[in-house]
Amino acid sequence: MSAITPEEIVDSASIAAASTKRKSLWALAVRNTAVIFGGSILLVMLAIAILAPFLGTVDPTRIDPAARNKPPGTEITFRLDDGQTAKRVVLMGTDSLGRDVYSRVLYGTRVSLVIGVAVAVASIAIGLVIGLVSGYVRWADGIIMRIMDGLMAIPGILLAIALVSIWRAGLITVIFAIVVPDVPRVVRLVRSVVLTVREEPYVEGAISVGTPTWTLMFRHILPNTVAPLIVQGTFIAAAAIIAEAILSFLGIGIPPEIPSWGNIMAEGRTLFRVFPHNIFFPGIFLALTVLAINVMGDGLRDTLDPKMSKKV
Amino acid sequence: MLDFIARRLIAIIPVLTVVAVFVFLMLRLTPGDPAAVIAGDNATSDQIADIRTKLGLDEPIWTQFVIWIGNILQGNFGESFFFKKTVAELIAQRVEPTLALAVCTLIIAITVAVPMGVLAAYRHGSLIDRFVMGFSVLGFSVPVFVIGYCLIYVFAIELGWLPVQGYVRIGVNFWGFLERMVLPSITLAVIFVALIARMTRASVLEVLNEDYIRTARAKGLSNRVVLMRHALRNAAVPILTVIGLGIAGLIGGAVVTESVYGLPGLGRLTVEAVLSRDFPTIQTVILLFSVVYVVINLLIDISYTLFDPRIRY
Repeated sequence: MSAITPEEIVDSASIAAASTKRKSLWALAVRNTAVIFGGSILLVMLAIAILAPFLGTVDPTRIDPAARNKPPGTEITFRLDDGQTAKRVVLMGTDSLGRDVYSRVLYGTRVSLVIGVAVAVASIAIGLVIGLVSGYVRWADGIIMRIMDGLMAIPGILLAIALVSIWRAGLITVIFAIVVPDVPRVVRLVRSVVLTVREEPYVEGAISVGTPTWTLMFRHILPNTVAPLIVQGTFIAAAAIIAEAILSFLGIGIPPEIPSWGNIMAEGRTLFRVFPHNIFFPGIFLALTVLAINVMGDGLRDTLDPKMSKKV
Repeated sequence: MLDFIARRLIAIIPVLTVVAVFVFLMLRLTPGDPAAVIAGDNATSDQIADIRTKLGLDEPIWTQFVIWIGNILQGNFGESFFFKKTVAELIAQRVEPTLALAVCTLIIAITVAVPMGVLAAYRHGSLIDRFVMGFSVLGFSVPVFVIGYCLIYVFAIELGWLPVQGYVRIGVNFWGFLERMVLPSITLAVIFVALIARMTRASVLEVLNEDYIRTARAKGLSNRVVLMRHALRNAAVPILTVIGLGIAGLIGGAVVTESVYGLPGLGRLTVEAVLSRDFPTIQTVILLFSVVYVVINLLIDISYTLFDPRIRY
């Protein structure tokens, strides 16, 4: 019995090549200034999200009619559970129901980060499966791509609004509504990678030695999609956080009792002229988070996916 | 050329069919009886029965689709029970602000972004280039309503130069119209400027390496002529493409901008329709926006030949 089959030689050679290449790319990526800059801001946001209860916050949903619409820095008196009163300075003011904006903004970080990650992961997972099928199964390609083209013809936010209107708003509905418009873009990306890679000599080699289709897909084709998908994923996450904020701001996003940045701003709309803090503080957090993700995405694209960086 | 236009027109049929099927299915995917959903909360059982027969809701689903699409193609978009009007009337009333906003935004965005991008490419690696790229990343990151409220705060509330909100019809008072269009269009233009400037820079940068640019310079042509006539014109196709694709963002942004500035346009109508679950209106608006988006991109495809005679169809 021979120790090594030709198939194993092809496999191990391509895997070795791919893994050394990837390792050096990762090393390059974590040394990129943009990645470090964006990544650090994101880590701070992540820390805020996790540590929200310990950062001097109060219950973000707690309504206090006596302390309505206080500008930032006001000292308010509030009643403790045991009936005694205490004084507290509201850093970012209170909203028109007397809820503490500082606490709401900090807890809102959780919602936005969850939305960003969930949408990126879900749309990439769904898009990856459809894209692999489309790029690999010739007869399905035409039908799948026509459907994707059709979905892409509906402007993203509008498609999300349409989907939210079908089912009444909830966290899952909102995530799903933001995922659907992103899927066609992932599908196109994956499909284009598959179509390019399947013409490569090492894939032809693997086919010629009789590698089963599944092995071919997971070992030879899938690894090539990792770098562009990570880059795409960061941009999807950034856009998703904005999309959630837009939907909530319009009053058709996640339920108003959940403190998300979009909800805080929606709540602050009516009294904006007098109390702009309800919009500014969540706005700053929102912009900073999205900026961090975008900057990191640019850095990742430059290092992990240099072909794409030349295009834009 | 005609052959190409015909082929492109045929190619948008499947795309629009998918859109139509989605929009049709929307109502069927909502929980509950579609007739009752359309009729709204205050409907009588007679009204619901009437809608049921009109839409053929007792027929199989593909017959329903044929009836629905037949109505749409005849310009019959149904009735909005919430607004007590036909959807066609409702949309006709709301078109002007949106159209005005879109046109003003495009004019501002293109006149600002294209020179910005050309300059950044010409001074590649300089401070100007970094500023343009920095602005572009920032423009993508700050949500449109945050920009909107910042502009309102500074220019309408603190400085008092412009009205805070509202809309005046263009035929009623042109000056009042213009005054109220400034902030919304700048707000909506920011992300567009970011997009177009970035693409212009990349595209011009690539063209500047070409031999014919060196030749043009060697002939002693001025920088302006080289940049505008030789570089920009050859870089126009990707810029046009990104403007076309950006229309989707423009439509989404219009929904938000109209809400921030209280403009009674189609975007605001969409939100009002969703909040009141007025499905005939939601469906029509989505269909309309998608058709506009597809048609604009088709026109841009065709216009490539004007900018780049090398492209022949």
